[in-house]
Amino acid sequence: MELNFTGTDVCAINGTRSAPEAKYDLVVIGAGPSGIAAAIEGAASGASVLLVDENPVSGALMGNDTPLYFGGRMTAATQNSDRMLEAIFMSMPDLEKAMETGVELLLGTTAWGVYRNGPGVQSLPEQVVGLADAERSWLVGFDRIVLATGARDLAIAFPGWNQPGVMGAAALQMLLSRYGAFSGRRIVVLGSHDLALETALMALEYGLDVAALVEVRDGPQGDAALLAKVTTAGINTYYGQSIAASKGGLDGIESITLTDGTDIACDTVCVAIGLIPSIELVDAMHGPRALNAARGGYIPAGEPNVATVGLCAGLPDTGFDHVAYRMDWVRAALRVNAPDTIICQCEDVTLADLIGIQPPNYLPRPAAIQARSLDTLLDDGPANPDQIKRLTRSGMGVCQGRRCRDQVAMMLAIESDKPFGTIPLASHRAPVRPLPLKILAEWDEPAAMDAAWDVWFGIPTQWVPVEDIGTEYQDAHREMLYTGMYK
Amino acid sequence: MSGSEVVIVGGGVTGLSAGWWLARSGVKVTVLDKFIVGWEASGRNGGGASHYSSPLFDEEQRLWPQMDELLGYPTEHQKGRILIAMTERQWEQYRFIAERHTRLNHPVEVLDVKQVQEAVPLAGDNCFGGVHYKFGGHANPQRTVQAYAWALQDLGGKIIQHSPVTGFETAGGKVTGVKTANATYGCDAVVVAAGPQIPQLMAQLGVDVPLAAARAEMIITEPAPMMPLGGVDGHKIYGRQTLRGNLAYGGGPHEWLDVDATGPAARPSTPLARNLAKRLAELLPKAAHLNVIRSWAGVIENSPDGRPIIDRLNSPDNVVVASMSSVGFGLSPASGHAIRDLVIDGACSFNNIDLLKLSRFDGLEKDWREKRGWMPIA
Repeated sequence: MELNFTGTDVCAINGTRSAPEAKYDLVVIGAGPSGIAAAIEGAASGASVLLVDENPVSGALMGNDTPLYFGGRMTAATQNSDRMLEAIFMSMPDLEKAMETGVELLLGTTAWGVYRNGPGVQSLPEQVVGLADAERSWLVGFDRIVLATGARDLAIAFPGWNQPGVMGAAALQMLLSRYGAFSGRRIVVLGSHDLALETALMALEYGLDVAALVEVRDGPQGDAALLAKVTTAGINTYYGQSIAASKGGLDGIESITLTDGTDIACDTVCVAIGLIPSIELVDAMHGPRALNAARGGYIPAGEPNVATVGLCAGLPDTGFDHVAYRMDWVRAALRVNAPDTIICQCEDVTLADLIGIQPPNYLPRPAAIQARSLDTLLDDGPANPDQIKRLTRSGMGVCQGRRCRDQVAMMLAIESDKPFGTIPLASHRAPVRPLPLKILAEWDEPAAMDAAWDVWFGIPTQWVPVEDIGTEYQDAHREMLYTGMYK
Repeated sequence: MSGSEVVIVGGGVTGLSAGWWLARSGVKVTVLDKFIVGWEASGRNGGGASHYSSPLFDEEQRLWPQMDELLGYPTEHQKGRILIAMTERQWEQYRFIAERHTRLNHPVEVLDVKQVQEAVPLAGDNCFGGVHYKFGGHANPQRTVQAYAWALQDLGGKIIQHSPVTGFETAGGKVTGVKTANATYGCDAVVVAAGPQIPQLMAQLGVDVPLAAARAEMIITEPAPMMPLGGVDGHKIYGRQTLRGNLAYGGGPHEWLDVDATGPAARPSTPLARNLAKRLAELLPKAAHLNVIRSWAGVIENSPDGRPIIDRLNSPDNVVVASMSSVGFGLSPASGHAIRDLVIDGACSFNNIDLLKLSRFDGLEKDWREKRGWMPIA
């Protein structure tokens, strides 16, 4: 049987993909104030506009600290999606205004990937955003997209941080102000910059006890007026301190001990050291981004047809060096954290194993690998978080690195004695939110996709056993396994 | 050849294995890589190690069970695979494959649905049956690549990362040096194992190596409970359950690309993740609730017949070219051995690999890519 080439590879991707289900002039991802404003502006100018927001996310995702660092301090109310939806409308009156302006609104809808043709891919019929709700996933086309994905919590490890009750400031603010669904009573706030001060004041406003603020630097960091309010409220701030130890029980954290030995009883530690602009979608679509320490880290560098607004475009520039501040916290953490402090909670990676570049516990550690470390790896070139992820598994878990990726990058900078900006950003990959197989699946895919589908390249000569080449078995192989190929 | 200098262009799994084998024979080895070892397809693949179609198969099978010990680092190698049929047609095809393995003395067992579910508890009642390969297996690509690199260093070999090769120095019909932007590495022999960049590099030596590059994709889920048999294929997808429990799967249509001398410009994944998710949810229905947490893509090259090119050239006569034609990871213990033999002895010691000679493409039509439709989308 001779191969007869037709000029067409029937197993190539060309022409097999589905078209998007719908197309809009403008898609806005994130229905916070900036996203709503962008959607209203678009609709008012006559554009067809789709506005999506992942909230309310499922209780299961919140339990995995997605998208924010909830620390298990949600009340049972967060299991009730109808009540959560209602709470969102109550807390965001502009949503109704957007709908009245003609914006199509989808809440509880995650944008898990943005795709367009570019280097390495030319097979997409058009640029699309992947969406998913609790039932299914689908693709939507767009002319312009506005990313208003906000900012997420920065977490920093301390002994016992991997127990319920350790959470982020954005998560606490959302549970308090949007859902009224925070289960803690007495909180310690880490940090004394604006985020920490604002969070402490909000907690007071909602009737919580704020046991203390803890600041790693020797003096206050934030806005003087906010600080005055916090001081007037009688909240004590411990300067030059970080958490050296913590105690907890079944319900999580019960008390912390500062580096100077002070014990503070609390049921919640709110890490309010910084927010990270949520650039997952931008990075996963290979969009340009740049480090900007005054705006909270890596932010989108801008490109046509992809706008970013609100906190995902960068925190307001007040002249404060967020990166230097966070690095001070991580330096302090490296001083107090024991080698067995867990850094990656999903994958149980300890500080010692991260810095030692050791494999996970289910693998053997022969002498040769025990002799390896970050130091020996650095002999081969600069630290790359993606390589270290592969070797240690830090950041490889179901939270998709949201809890550890930022602090790991800072630890690598400190341990390799390099500026933070020299450590590459660990890659974000679609789906940028965990999505069940049955939701992500394209159940009604085009027939052309199935027709082109082969386990590998569909090259008839590739898998013929050597012994069978030139025998009758070779033809039988092609007949049975490659019908339709090159005929 | 002991004591001589061999430069290997490309720190993928093939180049690193070759370097490790050469270093074991006392050769001074330098591996040059454009970025970090295993960053391209070597570190982004299904991890399969069951390549019965290759003349390197017996050596692959002999070596894998020993690799952790030989390298001194864990590769996560696991023995055995299963092929699960999800349609009548697949069941017919897989039993054909089982008969072939039996004829070729590769141990297999045809399993009924209940036996499949015993071996693969995430499989459902919707399958037709399976074929258990009592040979082959799988390993962790990223860990294995690093294991080769470290084992090579332990034997005194050098790995120079972030150093793309820009050209060669030649004299007297031999390559005498390999150039990067910052240095020239003198050598007695060269191995060019640079994947999709091989044609560009070899063109500088006046040698035409017909290879076409394409992008393929995979998805990975959060961990599932460990199954007795983790090397699960079928339903036209391939993959494995990692020792952590994640399901990592690929397959489906590829996209042909042009790759220049600097390598793939990007490795974007696409909504093909949805089509992979559909097939994986069908193959392992009891895993359908598991979260997909990443997708990724890799760029691999293929020769016109889809088989590797492993050959020592006539001119320059101290150059070995090695492309595994999109199937390099699993065969790497054996390909490295073959390359070592070609460099040192001029011939493969453990099997006849004439099938993999470059000269089989002498006289290949200029438009071989166009004829096959292996062209980038315009």
